[in-house]
Amino acid sequence: MNAPGGSLLVAEDVRKAYGPTMALDGAEFSIHPGEVVAVMGPSGSGKSTLLHCLAGIVTPDSGSIMYNGRDLATMSDAQRSQLRRSEFGFVFQFGQLVPELTCVENVALPLRLNGTPRKQAERTALDWMQRLEVDDLGRKRPGEVSGGQGQRVAVARSLVTNPRVLFADEPTGALDSLNGERVMELLTEAARTANAAVVLVTHEARVAAYSDREIVVRDGKSRDMERVI
Amino acid sequence: MSIGHTLLGLLESGPRHGYDLKRAFDEKFGHDRPLHYGQVYSTMSRLLKNGLVEVDGIEAGGGPERKRYAITDAGITDVAQWLATPEKPEPYLQSTLYTKIVLALLTNRDAADILDTQRSEHLRSMRILTDRKRKGDLADQLICDHALFHLEADLRWLELAAARLDKLKAAMHA
Repeated sequence: MNAPGGSLLVAEDVRKAYGPTMALDGAEFSIHPGEVVAVMGPSGSGKSTLLHCLAGIVTPDSGSIMYNGRDLATMSDAQRSQLRRSEFGFVFQFGQLVPELTCVENVALPLRLNGTPRKQAERTALDWMQRLEVDDLGRKRPGEVSGGQGQRVAVARSLVTNPRVLFADEPTGALDSLNGERVMELLTEAARTANAAVVLVTHEARVAAYSDREIVVRDGKSRDMERVI
Repeated sequence: MSIGHTLLGLLESGPRHGYDLKRAFDEKFGHDRPLHYGQVYSTMSRLLKNGLVEVDGIEAGGGPERKRYAITDAGITDVAQWLATPEKPEPYLQSTLYTKIVLALLTNRDAADILDTQRSEHLRSMRILTDRKRKGDLADQLICDHALFHLEADLRWLELAAARLDKLKAAMHA
């Protein structure tokens, strides 16, 4: 595949096996800054493995993942961790907030891990919580807020470091339609304003409709639908 | 639904007489509306004229119902193109999609390809609706939601159908 010029994150011919199971079998992917790309496909097709490879969480057996012109395979574990902390953001389906911390502490956490002083980190955190319409929940703990509110807090946390790529794996999977819709609106709006790229793994078409284009993963192979048609 | 393409698809598994085609069509696709013999013969003569089928044999006794039809290479290409072309998303699309999925199975083609292409076409419409909803008032939101949920239902049915067919295929080849 020739990745289109200006791509921020590009995967080429990525293969990954877990024992005898081929999770990815020559998958391809590319995304531009400010673009929202949905990754679709049936359960067990390799969508989440692709996301984990793109984010440098899982190392592929072969193939390359290039982020901003750098090959993730040539980086040390420490460099990849640093990349994940500073350039990437993550939102998952559930279970991502630290229950012992307040909501604002949760949102501020990535900044604190990067060495930002507490007050400054919490100020930035509150700013993001305001954009996600949950700034009134700052002092509450995750156990005291609803699922939809908790997910907005998680989105605020994923964006607090101004990541260039946001990885969202079924971000509305645990929410009702109205809350899911609001989370998608706020998430895509915030990402577009910040010119961040969003890799959105979902099996729901209504969620994928917030993307600019979609790729389909099936049996570990990817299909870029924009280039097919 | 395109009767011509459906009859062509049915011919892919082997030559058939007109009455045999009608029976196969009614059994698989015509539960509510069986084909008239006239429709079969007018369709077949059109397909014949366009070179998509040929007469494979004529039984003694004459008459159109005695003709046995076989699909040509051009006919096979025509079916493949039809299956690969997504349908314009609209309500009550299901019967055409159903026909395409069943034909894909009968002709040993990949139902997943049809699903992916159709999903892409649906998503194109769904993105426009989502955008309109985001910018619109409550009335826009309600009407777009209605359309979005119906389009999503099409896709969910297609996904389930494709998954069932994959399972069936795996069992057939086991």
